[in-house]
Amino acid sequence: MIPRPITEDDLSGFVDQRLDAERQAEVEAYLDAHPELAQRIAGYEAQRDLLRAAFAPVAQEPIPPELDIGRMVAERQRPRRGLPRWTMAMAASLLVCAGGLGGWALRGVGLPAQEGTQALAREAAASFAVFASDRTNPVEIRAENRSQLVAWASRQLRRPIAIPDLASSGYRLMGGRVVPTEHGAAALFMYDDDRGSRLVVLARPMQADGDAPMAAHSQGGVNGWSWADDGLGYSLVGAVTPELLHPIADDVRRQARNPI
Amino acid sequence: MTADMVRQIEPLVPALRRYARALLRDRSAADDLVQDCLERAIGRWHQRREGGDARAWLFTILHNLAMTRLRRASERPSHLALDDTAEASLSVAASQEDRMRYRDLLAALQQLPDEQRTVLLLVTVEELSYADAAKVLDIPMGTVMSRLSRARERLLRLMSAEPPAAGSARPYLRSVK
Repeated sequence: MIPRPITEDDLSGFVDQRLDAERQAEVEAYLDAHPELAQRIAGYEAQRDLLRAAFAPVAQEPIPPELDIGRMVAERQRPRRGLPRWTMAMAASLLVCAGGLGGWALRGVGLPAQEGTQALAREAAASFAVFASDRTNPVEIRAENRSQLVAWASRQLRRPIAIPDLASSGYRLMGGRVVPTEHGAAALFMYDDDRGSRLVVLARPMQADGDAPMAAHSQGGVNGWSWADDGLGYSLVGAVTPELLHPIADDVRRQARNPI
Repeated sequence: MTADMVRQIEPLVPALRRYARALLRDRSAADDLVQDCLERAIGRWHQRREGGDARAWLFTILHNLAMTRLRRASERPSHLALDDTAEASLSVAASQEDRMRYRDLLAALQQLPDEQRTVLLLVTVEELSYADAAKVLDIPMGTVMSRLSRARERLLRLMSAEPPAAGSARPYLRSVK
């Protein structure tokens, strides 16, 4: 039987180790009979090994967080209550284009929902859910050590923080703590009334939305009002109606604007 | 469905990074490209042919992004010196001699036309089947085979044309006239 002629594709398949055993043997026999070609093929094999070895370390590197697929999926699934993504991209490119030509006028347009007071509102609601329901350790520093609490919060937030006084609304300071957020440290102050109803004020410096009007938010029975003044954001949350919270929030804002 | 997507994509990320790095050489540019590729893959996962091979599909997305990127870069000549980026693009190799060989290899690889370099990398380094490489590059199988042969021949010539480094003869890389 006349053997099938060896093709260039066979030679490629030989180098890439893609031939079946029978064809592999036939190519080997052919190369034995053609030493010059055999040398070229050996060169290709060395080239193949060198290529693999040269790039192998890249695939061994630890995956950086921005390529963590699980995290990317989770970030997409996080609810976006703000504008759709493309509007942010557009706003961002407009800002870049506008440059010094009055781009500042667009300040605040299209801030992602992960930023600004919406983020602060979520952080406050999360802190309320964890700490307001805690019967044994709702606060880390009690009201009697308020100067210690003020010092701790001011140090962590890198600006002077005053504790709002809600006595006129019937709420007493229980104490507070510093809590971590995605946007850095935040000061948490907790209050309660005679019936044991608790309120939380969360305050932290704002990277975005440094001056924002007061806006209501609601999440699973927890209501709140959030705003920002002069780079400092506030959120007041509680398991009471927004109507009841609103005058208290106004009071907190007034106190923060006019420190005694 | 999401868990299934993560499970299928995650093991492929190292190979995607490797292919992007081989094409762009610059680490952060390559990782940006992979990130873009992954974002698109997540967004279009449902458009993928059911039961289709995720690897070929992901490499297709990445390859097209890389080609767009390289075309744009070629309109503006790169300011990066080859030697800097060639070495910086790879992790530190085992030995000085290996490093020099890799540097020569990368320099030669860089001189191949994109159409030859891509097919050689996909088949040799990424070990894609010829059929998958044809799919990724959107060319017939016959074209894959002929480009592959030309790429190997040319790379061999380019590397043997370089003067060997002192004390290290590399006979196995010399082409036979």
